[in-house]
Amino acid sequence: MKPDNQRIVITGIGLTSPMGNNLSEFREGLLNNGSGITHTEIRHMGVVAAGLCKFDETKYQPKKMRKRGTRAGAISIYATNEALADSGIQFDSVDKNRVGVYLGITEHGNVETENEIHDLYNTHKMDVSFWSHHHNPRTVANNPAGEVTLNLGITGPHYTIGAACAAGNLGIIQGVQQLLLDEVDLAFAGGISESTETFGIFAAFKAQGALGHHEDPTKATRPLDLERNGIVVSEGGAVYVLERLSDAKKRNAKIYAEIIGYHSNSDASDFVLPNTERQIECMQMAIKKAGIDISEIDIVNMHATGTTQGDIQECQAVEKLFGAHKNVHVNATKGFIGHAMGAAGALELAGNIPSFTDGYIHPCKKIENLDPQCAISGLVNGEKVAHDVKIILNNSFGMLGINSTLIIKKY
Amino acid sequence: MLSNEEVRAKVLDIIADIALDDDVTAIKDEVALREQLDLDSMDFLDIVMELKKRHKIEVPQEDYTKLASMKSCVEYLAPKFNS
Repeated sequence: MKPDNQRIVITGIGLTSPMGNNLSEFREGLLNNGSGITHTEIRHMGVVAAGLCKFDETKYQPKKMRKRGTRAGAISIYATNEALADSGIQFDSVDKNRVGVYLGITEHGNVETENEIHDLYNTHKMDVSFWSHHHNPRTVANNPAGEVTLNLGITGPHYTIGAACAAGNLGIIQGVQQLLLDEVDLAFAGGISESTETFGIFAAFKAQGALGHHEDPTKATRPLDLERNGIVVSEGGAVYVLERLSDAKKRNAKIYAEIIGYHSNSDASDFVLPNTERQIECMQMAIKKAGIDISEIDIVNMHATGTTQGDIQECQAVEKLFGAHKNVHVNATKGFIGHAMGAAGALELAGNIPSFTDGYIHPCKKIENLDPQCAISGLVNGEKVAHDVKIILNNSFGMLGINSTLIIKKY
Repeated sequence: MLSNEEVRAKVLDIIADIALDDDVTAIKDEVALREQLDLDSMDFLDIVMELKKRHKIEVPQEDYTKLASMKSCVEYLAPKFNS
């Protein structure tokens, strides 16, 4: 057993998602067949399905700062402040030099750039003297994490981790590592996304034949369903307060879970298509590093974006590793909230954490017509299942073949 | 031909859209804007940009100090509004 100062725990959770602005709202939707996906008008795209968040952007920051900053910054500030409040930490007495902010993102800067180019061409007749002086601080990749430090007066390190759709897990992993290295004593770690405010991401998925659609927006993305036709782009953010167990115990913190293992690797095979073997290796390494047996895992949360090929590849990986283990239940979250890009892994982990206390495993959003190639053992479809959950394994995979697995254990 | 009051009103409109958390109705014209409102250098660049976008008025960098107070804004900008 590792000493307490080498064990990292989650002591606060803050989030905004298309299906709720705190953990209990989000969980309620997951347990009761909710949906956060709606039809919305996107520049150049017309009406498309998307997962949009509705939270009070100025709950934790003045209106002027919201206008100066970005949507990603607003999401980050909201989720971080909510996590901080949830943790019960007296932030005034914390040494701000020893606090770090580590947020995973798929991309950043596209929203601002698209908007400015639009204005340049449509309003300012190509006169670049109208280009905004806010462009640089809004588009630097660290912007979302930087806005958090400005908001909370944090003078420790901050940066974002660009890891495609694996970024939510990678942000958390970075926070864990920085605590273990003794670089900080408190880490705000997670993932965020403002992707729904660009048209480019929608147009690109459409060009790939991967933009999910349906006349009923709540059915626009149907992971593992035979009739699935692609991804719904969503925004959102989930930020965790991470501390060493020794520090959490000292202040009698409420502890959600311990992070007991993780791994990240690369497919090295394709820009876009996933690789079953590398996904298996990633999960196996995380399980090995966690020092557990596969049979001890209660929930595997799949990445499952709703693409034809991606879902099949991942189901092959999951079935191969877990199919023989009756204790392992498998769920997926994107059918409820779409693909929250940089926030996905972090939000999807959050969705499962209440299992430790409410005794249920949330289902996949009801799959009406399960693809036979995705009919994996242990799939929890449409209805929650009662189960004593102790260990959750969370997968997120992204473009350019980035894979990540995070394992947490009930404390 | 705009009166000084009208110029002041147009400048106040711009400032109100920038100092979003402040009450701009009670500002004193003689006192520096930065001492009465929460405005920093990026906000002053916003003011310059809005003058350009809304009123096609150019303020060169060497003249930025002329925007320090409402009084100096009106003195400096009235001729530009009326040119």
